[in-house]
Amino acid sequence: MQRIGVFICHCGTNIAATVDVKAVAEALSHEPGVVFSTDYQYMCSESGQTLMREAIREHKLTGVVVCSCSPRMHEATFRKAAEKEGLNPYMVEIANIREQVSWIHKDMAEATEKAVILGRAAIAKVHLNKPLKAGESPVTKRALVIGGGIAGIQTALDIAEAGFEVDIVEKQPTIGGKMAQIDKTFPTLDCAACILTPKMVDVAQNEKIKIFSYSEVESVKGFVGNFKVEIRKKARYVDEDKCTGCGLCTEKCPQKKVPNEFNMGFDTRRAVYIPFAQAVPKVATIDANNCTMMKTGKCGLCAKLCTAGAIDYKQQDQIVEREYGAIVAATGFNPLKPDKFNELGYSTCQDVVTSLELERLMNAAGPTAGTLLRPSDKTHPHTIVFVQCVGSRCDVENERGKSYCSKICCMYTAKHAMLIREKYPDTDVYVFYIDVRTPGKNFDEFYRRAVEQYGVHYIKGQVGKVVEENGTLKVQASDLLSGEQLHIDADLVVLATAVEPDKSARSIATMLTASMDTNDFFTEAHAKLRPVESPTAGIFLSGVCQGPKDIPETVSQASAAAAKVIGLLAKDKLTCNPCVANSNEMLCNGCSSCEKVCPYGAITYSDKEFRGPNRTTLIRRVATVNEAVCQGCGACTVACPSGAMDLKGFSNRQIMAEVDAICKM
Amino acid sequence: MSHNKNAAAVEQILRSSGVDVRKCMRCGKCTATCPAFDEMEYHPHQFVYMVEKGQIDKLTASPSIWRCLSCFACMERCPRQVEPAKLIEAVRLSVIREKGANHLKPEDIPAMLDEDLPQQAIASAFRKYSK
Amino acid sequence: MHMKFSYYPGCTLKTKAKDLDAYARASAVALGVDLCELPEWQCCGAVYPMAKDEIATKLSAVRALMNARDLGTDLVTLCSACHNVIKQVNNDMKTDADIALRVNNYIKPETPYAGETNVLHFLEVLRDRVGFDELKKKVVNPLTGRKIGAYYGCLLLRPSKVMAMDDPENPTIIEDFIRAIGAEPVVYGMRNECCGGYVTLENKDEAKKRSNIVLESAKVKGADTVVTACPLCLYNLKKNGGCEGVDVVYFTELLAEALGVK
Repeated sequence: MQRIGVFICHCGTNIAATVDVKAVAEALSHEPGVVFSTDYQYMCSESGQTLMREAIREHKLTGVVVCSCSPRMHEATFRKAAEKEGLNPYMVEIANIREQVSWIHKDMAEATEKAVILGRAAIAKVHLNKPLKAGESPVTKRALVIGGGIAGIQTALDIAEAGFEVDIVEKQPTIGGKMAQIDKTFPTLDCAACILTPKMVDVAQNEKIKIFSYSEVESVKGFVGNFKVEIRKKARYVDEDKCTGCGLCTEKCPQKKVPNEFNMGFDTRRAVYIPFAQAVPKVATIDANNCTMMKTGKCGLCAKLCTAGAIDYKQQDQIVEREYGAIVAATGFNPLKPDKFNELGYSTCQDVVTSLELERLMNAAGPTAGTLLRPSDKTHPHTIVFVQCVGSRCDVENERGKSYCSKICCMYTAKHAMLIREKYPDTDVYVFYIDVRTPGKNFDEFYRRAVEQYGVHYIKGQVGKVVEENGTLKVQASDLLSGEQLHIDADLVVLATAVEPDKSARSIATMLTASMDTNDFFTEAHAKLRPVESPTAGIFLSGVCQGPKDIPETVSQASAAAAKVIGLLAKDKLTCNPCVANSNEMLCNGCSSCEKVCPYGAITYSDKEFRGPNRTTLIRRVATVNEAVCQGCGACTVACPSGAMDLKGFSNRQIMAEVDAICKM
Repeated sequence: MSHNKNAAAVEQILRSSGVDVRKCMRCGKCTATCPAFDEMEYHPHQFVYMVEKGQIDKLTASPSIWRCLSCFACMERCPRQVEPAKLIEAVRLSVIREKGANHLKPEDIPAMLDEDLPQQAIASAFRKYSK
Repeated sequence: MHMKFSYYPGCTLKTKAKDLDAYARASAVALGVDLCELPEWQCCGAVYPMAKDEIATKLSAVRALMNARDLGTDLVTLCSACHNVIKQVNNDMKTDADIALRVNNYIKPETPYAGETNVLHFLEVLRDRVGFDELKKKVVNPLTGRKIGAYYGCLLLRPSKVMAMDDPENPTIIEDFIRAIGAEPVVYGMRNECCGGYVTLENKDEAKKRSNIVLESAKVKGADTVVTACPLCLYNLKKNGGCEGVDVVYFTELLAEALGVK
């Protein structure tokens, strides 16, 4: 018979205001095996833990039940305290009477009754608990970063700086991401390329970093410390090792009509291309969909021109398998295409553009060499209207847009407005806003500068309709402070469109078994206290894939994620979860059901000799669990038809004992 | 709002329209899009705000309630699903449901007719203006 | 292929908008579409009653919808206003349990009505059932060289969640129709803005202003003709608007002309 101690936590008033904690302690003191039962204001506090330790000593406890908050919060705390008194940590059970009782019930009698029932179930389980010992697993000292934008670049550089190997997988032909397309950056207005490209070069030159460009993650297996990842290197029809990036092929390719995605389709590129001058790796890529040779077999000019002999029309996709200890998602974002907001004319008027399109129209390396010309007639716009929150802050039932604030638009619009007024003082700039949101160091000052020094017209209101007539954009809008409806003849309209997670994020999250929210942003392990970790062990989050953020914030988070990865890779061994499956070989019938459902590949079958009657020997096929690989999910215990498979710490008997205790009134 | 003396009137408008005025984020898209803006004393976003503040009397007394074209543009373009046109309709109905408060009377019609005027115009005006 | 539909013409199509109706019927025959006028239909009320506590004003639309259901056919409309009222009321019957209950309690049908009828505008019949490619093949008199602006107005498209005919801000159905009959569509910005509607009765100036904005917008883009599916839009644009060089006609008239049945 166990000697069990029960500890009821008040959690201040969190529990005690709804649950009669004294009554719970009293009721549970009569349960079989309970030799001590008490309540305390904060069990997790130093004095609360001391109380528990003294009770373990004094009453020679062999098991402990703490009725408190979720085990996710303090199970580890209480197990550690018990361990200090020589008790096996797995002899401690938590009954969650906060999240599952006090926070969701209003009636005290009802809540108290439920707390007693949950406590009783935990006691029933402790009776069957056995001391468990955690094993260890090795750590592969290499990290994978998925996505090569500024988030992925910063994370990779920081991890490499600590001396660990890092691979970056980037689906585009070059790293750099969205930041490479941006002209200037707020709030200091330095040129994006000037601060990004040195980092890209650092990545290229760092011996610890390997870039898989034009590549995608194909599959992920394993677990924290021991991931096995297949990477698809898409055929770029150019040998990366031979190509010198001279660019001759990209100048001579006769297929000139391919819309240039880097310049948001405002100009064209060749079928063989290097996205931009500072691309890393500086290697050409053949776009097979547009290459005449690939489509018809007739051309081959680039191969004839290439002195390095790098062109290879026969190249195939290649699958590379790599092992990692940690994986960082840095999959980034795209601006929402505003074709569901056509009252603003995006689909029908050439001179209605998105903010990212404007970045290219203002960029010295863009299609107009930095001179702001409107797309339709390549003239200088004299009146420009900016519309904020296009597709952001929509009601959740509104299918046109997103429910969240995209966070970066207020600042980049202030930047655009300011840059335009600085360079073209003859231009009138209007910004239609709902709120101007500028939390951030030197951010509000930046916005005020746009208003006060640069004379940008900020108007509290929205644009209702944009119509193009004779080359003029007729903008109908509201000015809520003056109570007027405005009619502005504009030359260019810029839509600050919502950011949305990259489309690839969903499938990557599935491969990583990492959770996402309804907007397809990755979920963090704790919104406040573990913001760069996914709830899935070994998976970390960097940049906009976790939620909208600007460059300074992305870089901070990227470094934070790197710190977490370094903390993991610095360990030689990881303590495994001892609550793993094990198979009773005497009961196993060798059916393979468990092997088929195991998501971690932890179960193998082998033929074993068993002693039969009359000194005979039988050979039977039985399951064996690799305890280092098993994650304790329990799928096998449910699938096993013979009851051979069981989970340590959560055995079928333990769970049934809990159920019995709950049902027994 | 429950302390407001117009609480019952507000409640009736909200129930009749099915509009949740608290969803409004004061962006002004409705007023930006309204084709009847120039004809109105109070504009669509003000309808929403005034109902929230309980200023029903001001709205029922305003000629603005007869100016809405029911073109559904504010409903379509509202990012918050507030749908101001439904509020305007509810306020208008609260007026014409009072005895003798019809805005359009049958005897007014002959003077308005011309040979091309479609029946649809008369039918819809009656539906909008009279009980 | 033979297609049979219940058809709801509406009051105005029996009086001031006989052309809209007659040309549609003639064209339907030419296209193998059987439009069977519903027996004993009543006026739909011409504007959708938005209030949740309005039941009486929705009844006539429900009766038409129920008749079509009992006949086992889809219900085809032609007038934009009728289409808007009937489709929105149908949506109420489908999605608003309270309205559906009260309407059924009042009408007491043998089988309660729950929005089962599929409501189609004649334009949707042309696009989704006949097919614009098929229509194009049957055109004997293509309107080559004509530059035609589609006038959608409010009622065909909005609220888009319910009407579900096309992109409410950048529609293509009438433009595609115009292409099918051999003419060139003219896309202009105000094609889905209000003509002034019933306000013409007591505020002619407003109706004039709205209609002129629409027609000017079409004219600037080079339209010689504007087509509509709504008698009140036609009235406002023609009578209150009136733009030199821009004719306003029902889309069915051009359809009949192209099919050689005018």
